[in-house]
Amino acid sequence: MAQKVLMKGNEAIAEAAIRAGCRHYFGYPITPQTEIAAYMAKRMPKIGGTFLQAESEIAAINMVYGCASTGYRAMTSSSSPGISLKAEGISYLAGADLPALIVNIQRGGPGLGGIQPSQSDYFFMTRGPGHGDFHVIVLAPASVQEMADMTRLAFDLSEKYRMPAMLLADGTMGQMMEPVELPEEEISPEDARKNKPWATCGTEMKRPHNIVNSLYLKPDELEKTNIERFERYARLEAEECRWEEYMMDDAEFCVVSCGITARVSKNAILEARKRGVKVGMIRPITLYPFPAKAFAKAAEKVKAFLTVELNMGQMKEDVELAIRCSKPISTCNRVGGMIPSADQVTAAIMNLK
Amino acid sequence: MTYETIMAGFGGQGLLFSGKVLAHAALIEGKELSWLPSYGPEMRGGTCNCSVIVSDDPVGSPIIASPNVLMVMNEPSLDKFEPALASGGTVFIDSSLVPRKVTRSDVTAVYIPATKMAKEMNAPSLANMILLGAIVAKLGCVKFETVLEALKHTISARKADLLELNLKAVQAGKDFIASN
Repeated sequence: MAQKVLMKGNEAIAEAAIRAGCRHYFGYPITPQTEIAAYMAKRMPKIGGTFLQAESEIAAINMVYGCASTGYRAMTSSSSPGISLKAEGISYLAGADLPALIVNIQRGGPGLGGIQPSQSDYFFMTRGPGHGDFHVIVLAPASVQEMADMTRLAFDLSEKYRMPAMLLADGTMGQMMEPVELPEEEISPEDARKNKPWATCGTEMKRPHNIVNSLYLKPDELEKTNIERFERYARLEAEECRWEEYMMDDAEFCVVSCGITARVSKNAILEARKRGVKVGMIRPITLYPFPAKAFAKAAEKVKAFLTVELNMGQMKEDVELAIRCSKPISTCNRVGGMIPSADQVTAAIMNLK
Repeated sequence: MTYETIMAGFGGQGLLFSGKVLAHAALIEGKELSWLPSYGPEMRGGTCNCSVIVSDDPVGSPIIASPNVLMVMNEPSLDKFEPALASGGTVFIDSSLVPRKVTRSDVTAVYIPATKMAKEMNAPSLANMILLGAIVAKLGCVKFETVLEALKHTISARKADLLELNLKAVQAGKDFIASN
């Protein structure tokens, strides 16, 4: 077993990306994710990789597009307002069916908002961050260990389904340090580039050239690419939903939360159980695809749900859809960079009927 | 046992660093832990704090609402965190910088003239490590020897020449507890 090290969530993402064979990072600094860029700036030149601080977020995401076209693992990272800027490029990546990793360490919004933790980009990320009919894979880590593990998973899924993948966390997750065990086995950048017959990596005069493009002027062709893409999404939804169930075996009430608020909720659940309330939690790990099945099943036995979020109740809508509004859902939300205390969540649990 | 520690004071006093050393010591001992900084437009002279949880059980939330250990290096931090301190908790105060006493009677207060001691050691920026040494010696949240080992891992190569002084500072904190 590898030795555990102490790292910030942001640093764990960066190191895990390198060990997953990523040698191309393009970014632009913004709190609270700048440690990713700082780590890459330090490490990449030493291992023959590229760290490039672009002139803007838009430039950085388009560099990712160019690099990903060649089959190399490429990534960028930012925080909420920066992700808004990247939305155009993310849509182009989706339209060109390119795999890539985008990290969003969220801060409060809208607008420039604040720099403290938030989960208010939930709708923006899960519905498809950009114009057009598309999705990106969205993973929501809740520990520094998961920040590392999901970085590799994001690259893998992104390539398997040929679509951009996003690590969606909040400022707390990026800033906190915890022990983390990094994968000992490192993927070489060249190995990560293999088995990509679509990549524009040189024909060596042995095959017709590949074209990476998102422009289709003939409506029937464009319709075909959209339908084909949604067939892949259907497969993704059937096969890749991930979630954690916590104390759900005998639960009469179900808390729903991800990221830092799931951590706070665990404390609250332990306290509520001490007071005799049978409560558990379903923590979605993939936000897209949303683990609807887990909620449909839980709805058969629990009396009510409680969503705990750092937004005004965005994930609540996905739960309502998943359970077809069959059970009441209460909310416990804080926004603007505020985080609910465990006491606050406990009180919300005690109010459930 | 779970030690929920908040270290608070001005930016530049090394609060995040002393928290990191404590967290690293817990890591070496195989304990569960989390370290969370206040982050924001902090700068030298602004307020700053970090939360370190060291526990035998997995850490749920890294956010500490009610610390049972408090280390304060300025008066505003004592004003802010004294009411939050858990009943029966311990507060370690740099009495060279904080002029007032604790007002609560249900907590233990340890007054250490850490900044004065650090100046006398010719290491004015190591008051944080004196306080850390005192915390560990008084509470035993990690073993004292582990802190020395953690320091060796935590001090960057660039500042390796400061290791000896840091070790001396935590020892001074320990000695203060032993003789008071």
